[in-house]
Amino acid sequence: MSSTALKKLFSRPESLKPNMTHYCPGCGHSVAHRLVAELLDEMGLREKTIGVAPVGCAVLAYNYFNFDMVEAPHGRALAVATGIKRVHPDKFVLTYQGDGDLAAIGTAETIHAANRGEKISTIFINNAIYGMTGGQMAPTTTVGLVATTTPGGRDPDRDGAPIDISQMLAVCQRTVYIERCALTSVKNIQKAKRAIKKSFLVQLNNLGFSLVELLSPCPTNWKMNPSDAWKWTESILTKTYPLGVIKDTSGLGDVR
Amino acid sequence: MPSEKMLMRGAHVVGEAAVRAGCRYYFGYPITPQNELPEYLSSRLLEVGGTFIQAESEIASINMVIGASVSGGRVMTSSSSPGISLKQEGISYLCGQELPAVIVNMMRGGPGLGNIAPSQADYFQATRGGGHGDYRLLVLAPASNQELAEVTFDAFDLADKYRNPVMILGDGLMGQMMEPVIFRDPIDPKELPPKDYILDGCKGREPRAVFSMLLDPPTLYQHNMKLQKKYEEITAREVRYETYQVNDAELILVAYGTASRIAKGAVNRLRREGFRVGLFRPVTLWPYPKEALRTLARGGAKIGVFELSVGQMVEDVLMSVGSTSEVYLHGIPGGPIPTPADVAQFALSVLKGDGLVGRKVEI
Ligand SMILES: Cc1ncc(C[n+]2csc(CCOP(=O)(O)OP(=O)(O)O)c2C)c(N)n1
Ligand code: SF4
Repeated sequence: MSSTALKKLFSRPESLKPNMTHYCPGCGHSVAHRLVAELLDEMGLREKTIGVAPVGCAVLAYNYFNFDMVEAPHGRALAVATGIKRVHPDKFVLTYQGDGDLAAIGTAETIHAANRGEKISTIFINNAIYGMTGGQMAPTTTVGLVATTTPGGRDPDRDGAPIDISQMLAVCQRTVYIERCALTSVKNIQKAKRAIKKSFLVQLNNLGFSLVELLSPCPTNWKMNPSDAWKWTESILTKTYPLGVIKDTSGLGDVR
Repeated sequence: MPSEKMLMRGAHVVGEAAVRAGCRYYFGYPITPQNELPEYLSSRLLEVGGTFIQAESEIASINMVIGASVSGGRVMTSSSSPGISLKQEGISYLCGQELPAVIVNMMRGGPGLGNIAPSQADYFQATRGGGHGDYRLLVLAPASNQELAEVTFDAFDLADKYRNPVMILGDGLMGQMMEPVIFRDPIDPKELPPKDYILDGCKGREPRAVFSMLLDPPTLYQHNMKLQKKYEEITAREVRYETYQVNDAELILVAYGTASRIAKGAVNRLRREGFRVGLFRPVTLWPYPKEALRTLARGGAKIGVFELSVGQMVEDVLMSVGSTSEVYLHGIPGGPIPTPADVAQFALSVLKGDGLVGRKVEI
């Protein structure tokens, strides 16, 4: 008896289209896409998911995600998602947003959707910079970080302090679950996957708003190679944005 | 069966007609003078199992409209001038993504905070854009409560038919006015034809993406040309207007909405005194009833434009009649509302050629 059958150990999730992404080498967006797609497959959600793409480097997310998607104006993803969820309360609604999108132009939409307790899961990619437009300062840019619009490094007196959106949202009564993870080591990526899964479960259990912040490397605009960008994310960015659960009133316990 | 005749406020008429037309989603932010509309819908939509959200801003509300529309719901938002300015970004996206929605603007005086008196100063914004890009809205300008009910009902059908936002353009006076109205039979939104572009999860079909970013220049070009074709089709099919006493008129007043009611009063007054004056009232401001006005102008009558803005619609009139007729303008910015007697004076001044009220305008 011949046993030539091969066992498949790793493959592209169905929730990802077989398209090459435009993301730079070492960018966190591609890792985050993969995590979201794996989970939607594993949880059997692909066919009931409606995703909202942001403006920013992930603006083309609908070219990569293999489920229903709409593109929102810059920052308004959570308002668009609110309209979707109110029409389809039984569907799974996801926004995927960068820091410029979610924490600058869309601050109001973000805070108020969270405060209404919209039953939506938000993936928040914090790379401390505006990637798509070429490396300008973001509200999350850390003190001293050089961006194209902070030539001498971010100066709080001139540019304001880095904004911690997750902490701000935790104060809103109707947010249920907020966790900050980092897309760096394998261990951290696995942690991020568990956090995203929990956020999905919060929505599936109709509990309210949840957000997972992912500290994410932007090697291109930080002007680092991918491995230095990983290291910088883990050792420096986490000083301004410490990792961990920021709020959890879900009662769901540990998610595996 | 059609409803009994009811005495209602204009803003409530819009709300009731919207619900009867199958609207189940409303998102808005308060601004005078249109608050009676969201207030009405906040309870009325509950009765029919719909959704009302008082959003944190006009920007959020128009984006909720995008979300509800792309999900297949019949959806409406409303505001007044400064709020409509904030909605322009979302309106441009709705047009780019070809999503239907009904947007009500009960205009007030501007620019800036201006005042809450009736005004027609957002004519350019409504008919020319206001948001970015090459797009058009269907703009409906009713002049009575009965017509408010009709156009609100039609607005949802037109929006769906062309996958384009439709604006109902009124003003504070129209929203507050009490007049009798008979509504059409309500429809059940569940019985509307299915839409093949909406997002509801990709079960049993290929995933869909709705977006307006078209980086490849030829692709954006083609998309825009497709939109232009749609706008041409709307222009050919959806023009609406009313004429009143125009057949033998030496002077045709052109006015819409609230201004047209005042102008009609002036026409009646002048007719009693033996003057041959008529009224042309556009109901669609875009597409503008150019052909109809041009044909009338060929009869040789002078044209007198009366608008509650200092000279916006008059440009469409000039583009319609060219040099066929002499065109005069009596344009008043938000503030004191002229009476029929004032407009009659303008008409007489044009007939006599004394130049005392209004002014002659040329291309
Ligand atoms: C109304 C509006 N303003 C500005 C822009 C330009 N813009 C596009 S992406 C972007 C920043 C995005 O940064 P972020 O959300 O952090 O995403 P990243 O590119 O870093 O992934 C800006 C300012 C826009 N598209 N729309
Ligand atoms: S610019 Fe930065 S965020 Fe954008 S794709 Fe490249 S690495 Fe990623």
